[in-house]
Amino acid sequence: MKDFIIPDRDFGTPAAKSAVTISLLVDGIAVSVPAGTSVMRAAAVAGISVPKLCATDHVSAFGSCRLCVVQIDGMRGTPASCTTPVAEGMVVHTQTDDIARIRKGVMELYISDHPLDCLTCAANGDCELQDMAGAVGLREVRYEAGANHFARRDAEGPNPEYRPKDQSNPYFTFDPAKCIVCSRCVRACEEVQGTFALTIEGRGFDSRVSAGMMSDSFLSSDCVSCGACVQVCPTATLIENKVIEIGTPEHIVKTTCAYCGVGCSFDAHMRGEEVVRMVPSKDGKANRGHSCVKGRFAWGYATHLDRKLEPMIREKITDPWQVVTWDQALDFAASRMRQTQAAHGVDSVGVITSSRCTNEETYLVQKLARAVLGTNNTDTCARVCHSPTGYGLRTTFGTSAGTHDFDSVEDTDLALVIGANPTDGHPVFASRLRKRLRQGAGLIVIDPREIDLLKTPHMGQGLHLPLRPGTNVAVLTSIAQVIVAEKLYDEEFIRTRCDWDEFLGYAEFLMDPRHSPEEVEKLSKVPADLIRQAARAYAAAPRGSIYYGLGVTEHSQGSTTVMSIANLAMLTGNIGVPGTGVNPLRGQNNVQGSCDMGSFPHEYPGYRHVSDKATREIYEKAWGVPLSPEPGLRIPNMFDEALAGRFRGLYCQGEDIVQSDPDTRHVTSALSAMDIVIVHDLFLNETSNYAHVFLPGSSFLEKDGTFTNAERRINMVRRAMTPKNGYEDWQITQMLANRMGANWGYTHPSEIMDEIAMTTPSFAGVSYDLLDREGSVQWPCNEKAPLGTPLMHVDGFVRGKGHFIHTEYVATEERSGPRFPLLLTTGRILSQYNVGAQTRRTDNLVWHPEDILEIHPSDAENRGVRDGDWVRVASRSGETTLRAVLTERVAPGVVYTTFHHPTTQANVVTTDNSDWATNCPEFKVTAVQVSPSNGPSEWQEEYGSHSERSRRILPAAAE
Amino acid sequence: MSHAAISADFSDRLDAIIALHKEREGPLLPILHDIQAEWDYIPEEAQPVIAAALGMTRAEVHGVVSFYHDFRDHPAGRHVLRLCRAEACQSMGADALADQVRAALGINFHETTPDGRLTLEPVFCLGLCACGPSAQMGDRLLGRANLAKVQKLVAEAGA
Repeated sequence: MKDFIIPDRDFGTPAAKSAVTISLLVDGIAVSVPAGTSVMRAAAVAGISVPKLCATDHVSAFGSCRLCVVQIDGMRGTPASCTTPVAEGMVVHTQTDDIARIRKGVMELYISDHPLDCLTCAANGDCELQDMAGAVGLREVRYEAGANHFARRDAEGPNPEYRPKDQSNPYFTFDPAKCIVCSRCVRACEEVQGTFALTIEGRGFDSRVSAGMMSDSFLSSDCVSCGACVQVCPTATLIENKVIEIGTPEHIVKTTCAYCGVGCSFDAHMRGEEVVRMVPSKDGKANRGHSCVKGRFAWGYATHLDRKLEPMIREKITDPWQVVTWDQALDFAASRMRQTQAAHGVDSVGVITSSRCTNEETYLVQKLARAVLGTNNTDTCARVCHSPTGYGLRTTFGTSAGTHDFDSVEDTDLALVIGANPTDGHPVFASRLRKRLRQGAGLIVIDPREIDLLKTPHMGQGLHLPLRPGTNVAVLTSIAQVIVAEKLYDEEFIRTRCDWDEFLGYAEFLMDPRHSPEEVEKLSKVPADLIRQAARAYAAAPRGSIYYGLGVTEHSQGSTTVMSIANLAMLTGNIGVPGTGVNPLRGQNNVQGSCDMGSFPHEYPGYRHVSDKATREIYEKAWGVPLSPEPGLRIPNMFDEALAGRFRGLYCQGEDIVQSDPDTRHVTSALSAMDIVIVHDLFLNETSNYAHVFLPGSSFLEKDGTFTNAERRINMVRRAMTPKNGYEDWQITQMLANRMGANWGYTHPSEIMDEIAMTTPSFAGVSYDLLDREGSVQWPCNEKAPLGTPLMHVDGFVRGKGHFIHTEYVATEERSGPRFPLLLTTGRILSQYNVGAQTRRTDNLVWHPEDILEIHPSDAENRGVRDGDWVRVASRSGETTLRAVLTERVAPGVVYTTFHHPTTQANVVTTDNSDWATNCPEFKVTAVQVSPSNGPSEWQEEYGSHSERSRRILPAAAE
Repeated sequence: MSHAAISADFSDRLDAIIALHKEREGPLLPILHDIQAEWDYIPEEAQPVIAAALGMTRAEVHGVVSFYHDFRDHPAGRHVLRLCRAEACQSMGADALADQVRAALGINFHETTPDGRLTLEPVFCLGLCACGPSAQMGDRLLGRANLAKVQKLVAEAGA
């Protein structure tokens, strides 16, 4: 880590885990460290910096630079302190005359092949080579100029050893002239990221860092642009383009990434109010110093020209936008909402909160609905992703959340990954999982596609169950049958933690022949033998963990699938100890938080039902208004009611329902039927095409608040710059509420958190003071767990006894037939995020400029489709066109695409089927036909022109 | 696109070589040796295929291939003449010999004669330090080398 402001001190080698403590003396200072710690780290703990170049605590010790040599009493020579482990009673000298001579000699050799252009170098002031030259007192280089890697030309002509910069990656530059071949980058790519995209090619003087093979550049190599190599590079060899452009940052703001549910902690390196770079925090408990291309580099959308900074209104959605003052916009919005309620009833309006907004903002929006508008019509976009997780885990275990923290993956012996694509959707978690897989943990993947996790370099053989989309419950129930039939279950766990009689009933249900692997093979196309192997492997693992994603929840049986997952964990006793558990991988950064904050129409914060009198009284008292005991409308019901003319006003914060919700045409006609749609967002998103009021939002860099990640971890979001739109989002919601008669007077989000803590038992101990002190906490955080709860259900399930649910497979109504013979399933790609509103406005487009359709070569051949052709994808809901890519990653009969681009609008094709319990839409199964095409569909053209029309903006009227 | 890829059965032959060694402990070097024996060099397009088969990445395969000077990234001439340039041979006049040989053949190190018959390579120690300077032509080793002996060796090989 370059250390110009020492955000996290570099201890040189990673921390050792051991219960045994070793004591030693370093330069006369006594220090005690865990056994296995390096002498270098022990010295660092004692406050002594041993000079080093190849060592960093991001990766294991390598011992190549020879700068960190020390003398140890009783040991011969000068061992490298990074590779020498501590021993009891050791006496270490880090500074002696002998060592000083050696270090100076080593530095002389390094500098003999390094340009001396420090003053104009991008790493000036932030270069470890420079620091070390200073530390060892280098004053001259005795070597004459000779063969080197940095001079473009010498006296005889071009230098054959010189290689130009590689600027193929849009975010960082590789300049081989500055490379000292410490191989930190290669090791970070291997050990931290797990991609193995880099290598040292050649040997001796010819050694160089190479991305991929000879013919590759950084962009064409396997590099996923996670930034780990840039982070560990001690020189300017690998450096962010923003640093080259701007210069070194001068202060740091600690914050939390605004992308996926991993919730990585970041240090925003700032110059004034300008972000220079985002660097993952080593003390971040979710990411442990790692990042992915989105969080590390793709934040430029916050200052993108497309961002709208002024409020706008219009009478009708066919009118052009009119830029107005905040007062005008809020008055217009508030009076229209009130008029609608006056004409059509209190429940004719509602709100949608976003998983991309902070807890405090979400809390205020649902409070606005319940306390100000007087209706429980509040829902959140989690409806369309993880609502079945909440329902399923609450029913079986008693809490609507994942059971473990991400650190737990370091202890797992086998990971069962279901309907998730971590290397693309949750890359930092994937890197942590891959590290464990390389250490020998087993892997089972249940997914229609052969995901990249199965191709993890240097892991053992993973097991892939390529099921037909929509048959999750059948396969999981069959796995449970094998576990019971072969008596692989954990009887003691079931007897103590669950109800034995209930288990017997469940076992009887399972043993029906319809759940046998052979029967299930017929439906799911997963060979019976694979089902048995998976069951045996999961049951046999001492600590087996389950990680799942939207491939589980976004089905007509999403909740049932979550419960069958919970059943598997209970059957095998894989709950309550590190390395086990049931862990949903949340799509957006604050899915967990937005659910916790009472966004759902039937629940107050902390998952307490609105019909519960005691809870209602708490809020009636806190808010000073009577509250409705009747649950409100869910998002899909809002649309249905809108088409029936009964739901006519919507305040939608930070969420693009037109692009992200299924059956786009249904959504757009519902929105068109409303009297007032208020969109509160950074951009004129697709939903704003149907809006009457646009309230410009603030980005995560411009506000204070908290996000809660997939492991229930509440992380701080801190304001790094002044909101370009003038207000933080919570202020805007407060202004809107006050226009409608509320009398809110929050002056800082910490006051909102205090209100949440005061009214919600699982958050009772949370405060900004605590978060500042601890960095983050995992709820429940209260008197019983003052510092939060990393692992849940340790001594018993929250609901008491674990609850086995009979999980009957019911085929979705969406099935392939003669008209629509293929099954479409949808997913994500690494470089893009959700509807792409953010990532499409960054250079991430170089990796994914458009959505593509993956199709098996045999299906393609039958339809005369070649690689790269335009194809039409049609379902009973609608059709769209996109380009096809032929791949065997998908099975015959299955096609796959992403929904990151509004021009494709994959959700025009998806249907309005949904989960029986929670209405979570069935994004993952749509029967489709694919045929060659030569251009955009009628819908795309129509939508394109509507979109253009509805984004017209008139210049601001003169005051 | 290199020569090997043009050959239609390239991937069949490559797969056969990989299959032969895949289950061995440390399969990469035997595979690379067989590939070089088959095509006389390691075609770059073989590297991702080997990587996928062995659970590695193409960067890693490239790292290994480029580490060993004897693995070639393009085909050599029909014969390869190696001149030792290590310290012991240098002390016995290897540098002067190298200059003479290069002048006589009209090519530099790492180059091939225009007729494609002979490639000249440096080598760092053949283990013949007692009788340097030394050279090697195919499997034949030559001690106490001089220009005449080297030229004779070249002629005998028909290069």
